[in-house]
Amino acid sequence: MAATEAQRIGFTLDQASKRYGNVLALDNISLDFAAGTTTALIGSSGSGKSTVLRLLLGLDYPDTGSIKIDGRVLDHAHVLELRRRIGYVIQEGGLFPHLTVLGNLALLPRYLGWHNEKIRQRAEELAVLTHLPVDVMTRYPAELSGGQRQRVALMRGLMADPDALLLDEPLGALDPIVRHELQDELKRIFEQLGKTVIIVTHDLAEAAWFAERLVLMRHGVVVQDGSLDDLRERPADPFVTRFVEAQRRLPEVRA
Amino acid sequence: MSRPMRWIIALSALLALSAFAQATPVRIGSKVFTESVILGELARATAQQAGVDAVHQRELGGTSILWKALQQGDIDVYSEYTGTITHELLKNVAPDADIPTLRERLKPLGIGITDSLGFNNTYAVGMLESKAAQLHISKLSDLTAHPELRFGFSNEFIDRADGWPGIRQRYGLPQTQVRGLDHALSYRAVASNAVDAIDLYSTDAEIPYYHLRTLDDDRHYFPRYEAVYLYRLALVQSAPAFVTALQKLAGRIDENAMRQMNARVKLQGMKEDVVVAAFLGIRADTSADKGLWSRLLQTSIEHIKLVILSLGLAVLLAIPLGILAARLRRLGQLVIGLTGILQTVPSLAMFVFMIPIFGIGTWPAIAALFLYSLLPIVRNTHAGLVGIAPELRESAAAMGLPRSVRLRRVELPLATRSILAGIKTAAVINVGTATLAALIGAGGYGQPILTGIRLDNISLILEGAIPAAILALLAQGLFEGIERWLTPRGLRLEARQ
Repeated sequence: MAATEAQRIGFTLDQASKRYGNVLALDNISLDFAAGTTTALIGSSGSGKSTVLRLLLGLDYPDTGSIKIDGRVLDHAHVLELRRRIGYVIQEGGLFPHLTVLGNLALLPRYLGWHNEKIRQRAEELAVLTHLPVDVMTRYPAELSGGQRQRVALMRGLMADPDALLLDEPLGALDPIVRHELQDELKRIFEQLGKTVIIVTHDLAEAAWFAERLVLMRHGVVVQDGSLDDLRERPADPFVTRFVEAQRRLPEVRA
Repeated sequence: MSRPMRWIIALSALLALSAFAQATPVRIGSKVFTESVILGELARATAQQAGVDAVHQRELGGTSILWKALQQGDIDVYSEYTGTITHELLKNVAPDADIPTLRERLKPLGIGITDSLGFNNTYAVGMLESKAAQLHISKLSDLTAHPELRFGFSNEFIDRADGWPGIRQRYGLPQTQVRGLDHALSYRAVASNAVDAIDLYSTDAEIPYYHLRTLDDDRHYFPRYEAVYLYRLALVQSAPAFVTALQKLAGRIDENAMRQMNARVKLQGMKEDVVVAAFLGIRADTSADKGLWSRLLQTSIEHIKLVILSLGLAVLLAIPLGILAARLRRLGQLVIGLTGILQTVPSLAMFVFMIPIFGIGTWPAIAALFLYSLLPIVRNTHAGLVGIAPELRESAAAMGLPRSVRLRRVELPLATRSILAGIKTAAVINVGTATLAALIGAGGYGQPILTGIRLDNISLILEGAIPAAILALLAQGLFEGIERWLTPRGLRLEARQ
């Protein structure tokens, strides 16, 4: 199931700015996401990290600057085709409540003309990968636990074997135990598939768990782009230090 | 079964229910008052005697509706009065023009006129005998001394040039309390002292019954209202025997005979066809005389047909309009605004507006009901689509599905409940509003209500009102069932949480 080199996809933001009303969500930022790498976008809410994903998917277009996919500028004409090469997973899953799990998974494959047997096989394959019980397939999202919903959302993103995965706070709504478990599984899956992965989170520990490369954003600009050690040892400005130190640790055990 | 399939089945089943053929025999119309209905029935019986197939479309409305219908060929014959023809229907004609003159003037319009049937049913103003005696009022000019008197006039009389505006000017009447009333109800109003004077037709059976004094038209304002039939000249070719028979009715009904026939229908509760048969000395055609259940069946079919056709057409247009409105914000506001304006048109006016376009009968009624059904469906389709959670809309978009697929597979199913609620609202409103369709000849439950008001017959009114209420409840229940059937199971589960 591992993606071959040719199937990977690289993204570039080139001096991109995006304004929503009075809010400047992205302020002239340039970022490269090389094919086959895993990157974590971190920052407080409103820092612009989700906007990066929206621009890469063509859900929005930058006011100035451009988005390049494998070196080619993203335009309206190719946006649908591009999106089908990307799996997109959001907080709480964004599952369609009127469709069963299988119905959610089948939505894109059916449009692509897959026959039912192929859809079922692929769904079962992914259920194994994500440790989802097979009997859940015929249930509706309302009948699933939070963790199951997130697994299904990931499966839905992976159904058509995309070249990249974009995840926006995929574990944000889960309780700590399930979250911990899914962090393990996601990391395993990322490594197993070898796709280009961009994951958005506000949790530094989670970001560092998934990715070597961390991109810390604030008010629409990149504050620092580097490894966890870079952020800790060589902070680009005082905000980085504050962000790093804002992560809670368990108190030491007292003797 | 796939969900689009279910929609198609539900829609086409509703539309198929309403395919009824219509024959085209000679069509006779009548206005919404007893004498006109009797004369319409007389024309029908006469046609039958002459071996011509004829139908009587009863109680189509007021003068303007019948006159338009005759000119447009929606009906072939109706009874009219010479005074109305000179004052209302023709322009630039002397108020006292005789029938041969009218015949010349009507000919270019393709319309023929019989000679007088033999009676003059002029307008008059009447008061309770007791009250008139007490105030010493015996003629119209006596009214000038009593500005405090309250008048209750039929709506037509208030507006017509030869009605209230004319006598007020001629007699210099000072009264300011003038209310519009249905003619059939005005007798009750004057008898119960709710008003002091009302307009009358001089052949009305109620004049002696309610002990009314007819005030003398001492300045000779009201013209003669000789009863005649107006017919389309095309009938001379298509049904010559009928035209000949119709002309032979001239001079056969005097004022007394007409008042007697009116009394039998209005006061003794006899049916118009029985009264007419007695007058003609023939046996009433009892084959057309239906029992309660077959009458109910007919009005139900007519009513349901109106509702289903108008609703079906509205669904076909309103859902796409709602989708468009949700897509394009500017256009959406315009569409919702326009359908909202349609909703504010008074329903009776809406029915009448449709007549110049569609004539009389079923189609203008369907058109009016159709226009009324648009708003709830457009608004709910729009609201249902706009109300979809943004993350769901984006999840579908981010998959790389084209808009049409997103609409069909995600957005419309998520909006199902809202859309169906809109259709349900439209259906229930429609069932009630369709009772007005009888006023323009479309039948339905409004027919017995209309006749019941005219004859002051409560049980006849209930014969229309009760089934209409039951049908509204059934429509509600039916659409709740359809909603359960069409709403995706996952949405019901979600709503329960």
